[in-house]
Amino acid sequence: MQPFRRLEGIAAPLPMVNVDTDKIIPAHWLKTIKRTGLGVGLFETLRYREDGSENPDFVLNREPWRRARILIAGENFGCGSSREHAPWALLDFGIRCVIAPSFADIFFNNCFKNGILPIVLPRETVDALMAEAETSPEPVFTIDLERQLILRPSGNAPVRFEVDPFKRHCLLEGLDDIGLTLKKAHEIEAYEEALRREKPWLFRPAA
Amino acid sequence: MSGPRTLFEKIWDSHVIEEQEDGTCLLYIDRHLVHEVTSPQAFEGLRQSGRRVRRPDATLAVPDHNLPTTDRSKGIADETSRIQVETLQKNCAEFGIPLFDALDIRQGIVHVIGPEQGFTLPGTTIVCGDSHTSTHGAFGALAFGIGTSEVEHVLATQTLLQKRPKTMRIRVEGELPLGVTAKDVILAIIGKIGTAGGTGHVIEYAGEVVRGLSMEGRMTVCNMSIEAGARAGLVAPDDKTYAYLAGRPMAPKGALWEQAVAYWRTLPSDEGARYDREVVLDASEIEPLVTWGTSPQDVAPISGRVPDPAAETDPQRRAAMERALAYMGLEPGTPIAEIRIDTVFIGSCTNGRIEDLRAVAKIVEGRRVAPHVRALVVPGSGLVKHQAEEEGIDRILLDAGFEWREPGCSMCLAMNPDKLSPGERCASTSNRNFEGRQGKGGRTHLVSPAMAAAAAIEGRFTDVREFL
Repeated sequence: MQPFRRLEGIAAPLPMVNVDTDKIIPAHWLKTIKRTGLGVGLFETLRYREDGSENPDFVLNREPWRRARILIAGENFGCGSSREHAPWALLDFGIRCVIAPSFADIFFNNCFKNGILPIVLPRETVDALMAEAETSPEPVFTIDLERQLILRPSGNAPVRFEVDPFKRHCLLEGLDDIGLTLKKAHEIEAYEEALRREKPWLFRPAA
Repeated sequence: MSGPRTLFEKIWDSHVIEEQEDGTCLLYIDRHLVHEVTSPQAFEGLRQSGRRVRRPDATLAVPDHNLPTTDRSKGIADETSRIQVETLQKNCAEFGIPLFDALDIRQGIVHVIGPEQGFTLPGTTIVCGDSHTSTHGAFGALAFGIGTSEVEHVLATQTLLQKRPKTMRIRVEGELPLGVTAKDVILAIIGKIGTAGGTGHVIEYAGEVVRGLSMEGRMTVCNMSIEAGARAGLVAPDDKTYAYLAGRPMAPKGALWEQAVAYWRTLPSDEGARYDREVVLDASEIEPLVTWGTSPQDVAPISGRVPDPAAETDPQRRAAMERALAYMGLEPGTPIAEIRIDTVFIGSCTNGRIEDLRAVAKIVEGRRVAPHVRALVVPGSGLVKHQAEEEGIDRILLDAGFEWREPGCSMCLAMNPDKLSPGERCASTSNRNFEGRQGKGGRTHLVSPAMAAAAAIEGRFTDVREFL
């Protein structure tokens, strides 16, 4: 995974609540057996018109937001399915940070596994950042994960954000969870041995 | 460990291998269900790192999302779907994972076959790369959906890194009125707490009504926990749970069964156990419900009307309602019972089990589907289909004008050829009414199987209680 330390980029405002994973990436894109190439399907129904041409009203089709690396959205972003294709699509488009008042749990987790930083902030703060993203001539924000700060294009006071310390550590270092867990192989084995004794019904011969 | 504990806490505590200082737990996973859509990249990751599957015996795979529901003996016509299903076959062969393939009678929706086979057991941790894994919580298991990176993590290590969620108890007290089903109960809950109401929580469903539900009904309720924002929902196991599981192919037998049941009886929450949040619903106030919008929280009673966004004070929420009504092609104030439908979909991991098909058959027996309505029944598994045929349910449905299909996820998410066309309006027993969920431009109204059956007959939404 690519480490996430400091991200400088344009932020796009998406003032919608309950943006679900079907909206982020419709189900027909889920037939892929790869992680890449999903950026073109990101927000498909919002981004394209019936004939396949770009919808000029959608924020990610307009300058400067079509170059967005940060998304600012309404509450409960990413609700719905567990599809990791949603963060894969964001990443493939170039977005590595989503700011919202709240996220759905599975999507939130999936982001961290892919080097995307989801930031939860109070609704008023999100609204203020969203307004800046919409009105600043060059809405470039800097996300500083080391200092846990968002630097704003307006020059207003930076916004401090909270992040789980372990998840922050993994993002900063670009760590692979599986590699970390496999260092605990002895502990897992010991647990399994005890489990075989205490709950033998959980083990069955391979079919 | 001191003090009374909840069902969730008992399961969680017994699965923690190690807890880090910041509270992140390494959690052991007892059961892992795998399907074709969210697993290819995980197996690819294993291959690239030279890793094996730690416990193939605790893993079970089945294709469900992509399969056509018409004759499959000649394979899958859609190339990308076919490749995805073949990729699952190859991966299972390579890594030694048991697979119920497309033509196996045991094939079905992953959340229908787990319980059906006795793979799902009380007191276990169960995961799957699918958000409706919460279904298995009906058996008193901690079951939740995970992304593909986590699928790979479980395949390689049989564990997950998780933070302990908060707990919420939802009690449904009183008696369910006639014609009100488990689906109406969960829609009522989502309507009350909202689609993010359970975020960060595990929900325990309790109370007289939940105890009174069949295992199928409990699965319907737990299934839609994720639509209330909760990754997991569970119900304490009881004699109904054990009666359902006894004799299932993968459930323990003989002395092991006795040992397991003795353990399972220790699982229900202790008297005085505390929850972070408590919600109580009065069952007598629940009516048959229909969703009018594009979020599962957008519910209205069949006797009600489409709400007016003008009454909403929060601008973002008002905008969401306006957008939903425009998408759904509905005017504020329209009586729900005047909404005409084009299509009926009976099936999905929410309502594709035998009891759901019986409920539909009971309503439509001796009646005819309205001439302008296309009505589809997709059983949740090959075994559900077989049982329904044994009971003559297929004849009743076919005689009424329904199509009787092969099992799978089908029109719940339209990854196979079963889709809505733009503007097509559907009464669906599935779980999500998101924009485009059942096909681009399709309009989904979530209802119970009985309400969907009544809508099929009338060609519009109607109060199922008039049919009883």
